[in-house]
Amino acid sequence: MTGTAALAISGLSYAYGTRTVLKDVGLTVPQGGFAVLLGPNGAGKTTLFSLITQLFAFRKGSIFIHGVDVSKHPLAALGLIGVVFQQPTLDLDLTIDQNLKYHAALHGMPGKVAKDRIAQALERVDLTAERATVVRKLSGGQRRRVEIGRALIHNPRFLLLDEPTVGLDIASRKSILTHVRALCRDTGLGVLWATHLLDEVEGDDHLIVLDKGEVKAAGSVDQVILASGTQNLGAAFSSLVGS
Amino acid sequence: MTPVQYLRCLLGIVVREGLRFTHQRERFISSLVRPLLWLVIFAAGFRNVLGVSMIEPYDTYVLYEVFITPGLIAMIQLFNGMQSSLSMVYDREMGSMRTLLISPFPRWWLLFSKLLAGVAVSVVQVYVFLIVSYLLLDISMPPMGYVYLLPALFLTGLMLGAMGLVLSSFIKQLENFAGVMNFVIFPLFFTSTALYPLWRMKDANPWLADICAVNPFTHAVELIRFALYERLNVEALAVVVGTFLVLMAAAVWGYDPSIGFLQRKGDA
Repeated sequence: MTGTAALAISGLSYAYGTRTVLKDVGLTVPQGGFAVLLGPNGAGKTTLFSLITQLFAFRKGSIFIHGVDVSKHPLAALGLIGVVFQQPTLDLDLTIDQNLKYHAALHGMPGKVAKDRIAQALERVDLTAERATVVRKLSGGQRRRVEIGRALIHNPRFLLLDEPTVGLDIASRKSILTHVRALCRDTGLGVLWATHLLDEVEGDDHLIVLDKGEVKAAGSVDQVILASGTQNLGAAFSSLVGS
Repeated sequence: MTPVQYLRCLLGIVVREGLRFTHQRERFISSLVRPLLWLVIFAAGFRNVLGVSMIEPYDTYVLYEVFITPGLIAMIQLFNGMQSSLSMVYDREMGSMRTLLISPFPRWWLLFSKLLAGVAVSVVQVYVFLIVSYLLLDISMPPMGYVYLLPALFLTGLMLGAMGLVLSSFIKQLENFAGVMNFVIFPLFFTSTALYPLWRMKDANPWLADICAVNPFTHAVELIRFALYERLNVEALAVVVGTFLVLMAAAVWGYDPSIGFLQRKGDA
């Protein structure tokens, strides 16, 4: 499983001091699959992302990305993933182009390759005309699209998105979600999409429900509904997270 | 990753720091005005009170404003180091630090690149200060001194920048930064040879002179002072390089995900 899955986590636990935030977490995202990590605020989603991206180090459990052990080969693993954090991370005073060039440099990309990849990324997120625009002048939805484009510049094999639609209007949310789903379908990119919004889940997604640091259910949407003994996803989610 | 890729990463970080600096015009102006104020107001007032006798590396008696110029150069770098550290804390709070830390290069290289980028900015500030002080106040050094100054500036800049990096790894929030001004910048500056030679300190207060003699900032000032007069102060060089290595190791430790600040605070 660890050799073939885009992401394979097992037995992962983590605590801030004495406060446990993740308990024996295990989950798998298949290659080219779109997985939704669904959980209320404070469930441990962001901590999980921080462990996958090595911002925090873990002592218990294992994380494999395309078969690469994150704790043994953290840099190789980081090269395989693209990340969109919940908090905006663009430099507001720089242009889109400058922000993207900075990212390309952080991956050691030669100038010519960076130029081509940036052009591709901007085309993909439909922001080619705005490339010389300072980020501060962009709307929230446009900034998110830049961040998604940026996460793809180094051709990652696995994309992590931590509540990327937070603070966006309905139209922008829908457009970003549609875009990432298309990416997953067209390019075979594995995606882990963290959210607390039920309406971002679709019927054929791989679903992982996380609450209070524990995986409450995982599988196809139908499997999760069936296992919870309810009729629909809303009811299943409520029963799983006890709200 | 190949050495060329390491260099591309370094260059990208330097370019970004340079671009950010050009957007912060106030930072540039204040970095220039601060030492000039010291030169114009402080030095003019004190030149008649504080005579400076002939000490190394000077071949003759020098005016007080000439004496304090190396100290003011080090001050520019000290403020710049603290400013970079402030921007690290800001980046952390605003989230852009994560972009840097998830790059597939070793963390020590990312931190070193960040440091070097800050030093490059401070070197530009220093040379502009020297040009302005020459044009306005006719303060000049031997021509080759300006060339020898460059490597000295890189070393002192690295040491002072590493100090800022260490601080940024321990400062929890942006608001705590004001304390740094009071408890780091001013004590370092005033207990050094930036404003008075060591022998004068000894006359005034022997224990203050002892503090001054071990203060790494003193050695940064002296390395710069000697370089400006085409001389190498070996002791100052050893202290500056040694202090840099210790501080850099502390900064790498501070930013290590398994032991450093990110882990302790549950905040990245």
